[in-house]
Parts: sequence; structure tokens; C-alpha cells
Amino acid sequence: MRIGLIGQPNCGKSTLFNQVAGYKAETGNFSGTTVTFTESKVRLLGDVVDVVDLPGTYTLAGTNPAEREVIKYLRSNEVDVVVNVLDASNLAHGLTMTVELMELAVPMVIALNMMDEADRLGIHIDVEKLANFLGIPVIPMIASKGRGIQPLFVKAYKTGQKKAIPNYSEFSQDIERALVILENELKDVKSYLNPRALAIKLVEGDKEILEDITQQLPNISADLKDVQDSLYHQRGRTMDWIITGERSNLADQISGTVTIRGKRKITFRDKLDDILLHPVFGYLALIIIMYIFFQTVYSVGGWIEAPLMSLFEQFEGWVLSLFNGSQNFLPRIIVGLIQGVSGGVAIVLPYLVPFLIGLGLLEDIGYLPRIAFLMDALMHKLGLHGKSIVPFILGFGCNVPAIMSTRILEDKRERFISAALSTMVPCAARLSVVFGLVAFYLGPVLALGIYLFNLFVIAVTAKLLSRIVPETSPGLILEMPVYRVPTARTVFNKAWWRIREFIVEAWPLLILGSAILAVLNFFDVAYYLNAIIRPISWILGLPSEVGVPLIFGVLRKELSLVMLGQALGSMDFAQVLSPVQMITYAVFVVFYIPCLATMMVITKELGNKAMWYITGLTVLIATTASLFARGVAEIIF
Amino acid sequence: MKLLDAPKGKTVTVIDYRGGKGVGFKLRQLGICPGREVKILRYAPMGGPVMVDVEGRSVALGRGIAARVQVEVA
Repeated sequence: MRIGLIGQPNCGKSTLFNQVAGYKAETGNFSGTTVTFTESKVRLLGDVVDVVDLPGTYTLAGTNPAEREVIKYLRSNEVDVVVNVLDASNLAHGLTMTVELMELAVPMVIALNMMDEADRLGIHIDVEKLANFLGIPVIPMIASKGRGIQPLFVKAYKTGQKKAIPNYSEFSQDIERALVILENELKDVKSYLNPRALAIKLVEGDKEILEDITQQLPNISADLKDVQDSLYHQRGRTMDWIITGERSNLADQISGTVTIRGKRKITFRDKLDDILLHPVFGYLALIIIMYIFFQTVYSVGGWIEAPLMSLFEQFEGWVLSLFNGSQNFLPRIIVGLIQGVSGGVAIVLPYLVPFLIGLGLLEDIGYLPRIAFLMDALMHKLGLHGKSIVPFILGFGCNVPAIMSTRILEDKRERFISAALSTMVPCAARLSVVFGLVAFYLGPVLALGIYLFNLFVIAVTAKLLSRIVPETSPGLILEMPVYRVPTARTVFNKAWWRIREFIVEAWPLLILGSAILAVLNFFDVAYYLNAIIRPISWILGLPSEVGVPLIFGVLRKELSLVMLGQALGSMDFAQVLSPVQMITYAVFVVFYIPCLATMMVITKELGNKAMWYITGLTVLIATTASLFARGVAEIIF
Repeated sequence: MKLLDAPKGKTVTVIDYRGGKGVGFKLRQLGICPGREVKILRYAPMGGPVMVDVEGRSVALGRGIAARVQVEVA
């Protein structure tokens, strides 16, 4: 027995799947496509059944390959019963897809999910009435709390055994008449679809299916044209419009008859906004939350970094002792490799992991859009769109998604400004430089200071840029999601996804870069590279050896810290750099040239010219800002 | 009256909105369409956005947008 889960995005389908995904979950690639379905084996009523998680789509129109594959898969005999997951708090919307599924004539069960959300909104759904109306079993449930899952799968299992196929819902009479004509002709056609679904798809104007059918029934296109023409005469609308309109009318009707709208309950979560978005307490809360966030990242990171670092240093010493302290090629390369490894484990990961978990938490709780709400006025004062806070926030994780997210901005010039500014937001990689260098050696307050200084520089740049490029956009339209209690599973999954990216993509580069630097040092090539950067490092009062780490830092920003240790000959930075130099270097790294991946994504999103502008701009800003920071630091120390 | 001028806590009915195609589309997607009742939940300080309740969902509208939405007290 195989059970397929299907539903629109955000209906809680994946939550449901994760709740049941039992002792064996695997991802399967199905017949020659790139569409992947996740499958898991589940024990049920003494049997082992397969549960398949199908990709979330809004419709089954077959307008893209993924949707087409889903239809084919549902109609193949591989699935015994379909579980259609609906969001009870948004019933009419979800039912349009239910109507489409019923057309496919496959055994199905409805999982009416998020009953708690609906209840909170004062929406009462007569479950029995809905089931009778559709002729399909409906099981109310709350997937996130694990309620109703057992009854749902038992019902699905039984429905699958009976192979009970639901009746389709009828459209308006004129359309039904047209469909009957076509259905009669299509009776003996071989297809993965049943005659009625075929007829509907043809009327809708599905080209792929028409081609397929024309090979078996050459006359079909003439007959189809007659039907479509007469419908067009009656309705005055094109075919795809008519059928989608019919489906959503049906969905509205059904939802209207089974739903009673009551008063919404005011819960703790609604009250939460009264505090978190309060004109005074809201900002206080924002500062406290951010402080706790950074303090946690710092203390967790520092707590892990120090002992790991000394462990690696001991190991390094031990390896060197094997070579009797010789400075030959081999020991140098080995030390380079070790420092690459230790840079990843001891410097980057200790800060990256808590940071990503924290960011994921804030994201899943639903706090990030609230920051946009609180900061919108300020962003406008900078001549920016409130929405451009989104790329900024994402930028703290990684600049690449930040640049991609500028797509939400309609205006091209606004996109350019936002992209330029987001590249100045210190991403997680630069976070490791700020924390590994400044916070670790000089204390968390100074690290926070660098972050605040960074915001200040971004604000000044924004103001200047928006002078040059005047603002035109109308403003913010943003849905505030309800606060949710995040599940450990989703937060860790998301964090793991991003950490994995570091381990797989960046870390090998770190190790390689560290080894290359050892080679460069051995052959004294580094000397020439450092000479190129010398003008900048001289102005900033930094040792000339920072040239190579800065050049390699363009590949991955973490390299500018890991290789710094290599270049200066010690991972204990307190011995080789003065506090002023640490701050100056960290500030320069925070602002200068975006990493290679970011440069590539800017080129892709905004063009080559924009990329070079932004790159040039960042070098200019980095030099100015770090000079300024140097001045301030000289006063402090 | 403009949505922007509606006082906090009031429930108002949307009559119409001016503005580009994109703005109208986005508003409709979030359920803000003529005839719909919305409740003014709060204003962010210093000229920040206004947050309204549309059928149980909270939506933040920048003041520029809120100035384009015509409403009347329900």
C-alpha cells in the first residue's frame, strides 16, 4: 500500500510527513525526471505502508513539469490513496485543489489540518457536512501537535483498500454539456487520465495532452474547437479562465456552506504584538533580543573556540616535532593543512552554528517581519524602502540569498541600492572574523561596537546613494505571520542545511587556501602579492603580510582570518597584532569586496556593470571606514 | 477617508484604492479588496507602517500605500 500526501504550500503537509516519517526515509527519483518525491515506510495496522510526500503545488494545471509529474504519478497505479492536506484556516483556497484532485478519480481522504489556527480565527468547520458534501472522508487534525494523525492514516488505509473513488463535483450546466460531448469521444482513448479529466484538460487548452490525443483521435481538435467556440460565445472569456473560475466558485460554495465564522479569540500570541510592536517597549525588546542573540553566539563560540584552538596548537607542535623542527617544504604544507582544518573547526563553526540556530529561531517564531515593521520608518528616513530590510536581515546569514531577495523590490534602482548595501552587511563568514578576532581577544562589547559601526556606515552610504538615485517606490505591503512555537526539528534542519554548505563548499577551500599560502610562503611569492596590497595595508597601519589573506578572502571571507594566522605565523593573534590593528583589520574585512559567490550573484541579478560598481564602492568604503575605525581605536587603546 | 487617517482600533470598510497594477494585485492577494472590513491594529512610530487585521491575518502597510486606500467607517 502506498499513500500519497498532497497539498498547497504552507498547509502543513511536510510537518505531517515528518511526524509519520518512520524508521526508513529515503528520497526517490521518479521515472526520468528531476522531480523528487520523498518516501518513507510507516507501520500501520500490522502492515508496512509507504508514505510519499509530493511537492507542494497550488494547482494541478500541469503548467510546469513538476505539476505534470504529480498528475502522472497520482494516476499511475503506484499510489493507492491520496491524502489531500488542507489548511482549515484557509479552506476555500485549499479546496480549489481538492476539486482538481476529485477530477482525477483516485481514492482520496482529506486531512483538515491546522484546526487550532482556524479555531483561533473563529472559523468553525462542520466536518461531517464537508465529508458528506464531497463524498470523501474528512479527518480534522493538528499536525504540529501530532493530533489526529493516527485516525487519518487508518482512514486512508481503509479507503485505499476499498479503492473508493469519489464523485467529481459538477460544474455549471453549459460546461457539463460540453464535457459530456467530449467524454463520449474520449471513451476508448488510451491515456494516463480518465475521460472526464481528459475532457477538462482539453477544454482548458492543455497542448501536451491535445497532441497526445490527436495521435489516437485525429478529429479531436476540430470537435474541441467547436466546443470551445460555443463556450467562448456564451461566456466571453478564454477557456483557462472559465475552468479555473468554475473551480474556485465551487470551492467558495463548499467552504461557504460548511463554515461558520465566529468571533476570533484573542490569545496570548495576539497580545504579544502589543508589547513587541509597542512604540517604546517594541524597540527596547528589539535591542534586548539582539543583545541576547549576540551574547549567546559569543559565549557559546568562545567557550568552544579556546580549548579547541589550544588542542590544535598542541597537535601542530607535535607534528612539527616529528620533523625535528625543520622548515622544509613538507612540514610547512602539513602545518598549512592543519591550520585550514583548525580554522574551520575551531574558529568558524563555533560561532556559525549558534548564529544559524538563532537566526532560524527568530525566523520560525515569526519575528523577522516584525523587525521590518519596527524599522520601516527608519529605512524611509534613509531614503529606502521598508522591504529592503529583508535583504539586510538575510545578509547576516549570507549575502547571496540577500542579493537574490532584492527581487521582491520592483524598482531597478532600488534593487541596485539594496544590493550594494546588503553586500556591506557582515555575513556569517565575516561574523567569524569579527568574533574570532575582535570578540575573542578584545571582548564582546567591541564586537557589538563593530556591528553598530557597520550599521552606521550602511546608513550613511544609503543616504548618499539615495541622494544620487532618488526614491520612487510606494511602500511596504507585508503579511505578519502568526507567532509560532518553532519545532527543534525544523530549526536544526534549516541550520544544518546552511552549515552543511559551509562544510562541503567553503571548508575544502579553506584547507586548500591555507596549504597554498604555505606554498606561497615557501617560495616567497607571497611577498609580491603583499606588495600589491601594500598601499592599503600601509595606510591602515597593518603589517604587509595581511595582503595575501585579503586577496584570498575574496574567495571566502573566512579565509581572511584563517590565512591571517598562517601569514603572521601564529594563530594566537594577541601576539602578532595590536588591538588597534585587530579592529582596523576586522572593519576592513567587514566592508571590502564581496566574496566571489556574491559577486557572481550580483552579476546574474543586476548585470556586470552593477557588480563592478559595487565592488569598487566597497573597497572605497572599506578603506575609509577602517581608517576611521583606526582613529577611534587609537583613542580607546 | 484615507486608511491612513483611520484611528487605531477602528474597523473600516475598504472602498477603493488608487495606484499601480502591482500595488492592487498585492493588496488583493492579501485579501484587502473593496467591500472587505479591516481593523486598524497599530501604527508604528515616527511615520512607520500601519498594521491592519484582515480576516484574522495581520498585514503591515507602509504609509504611502495606506494613503492610497480609501475607506469608510463600518
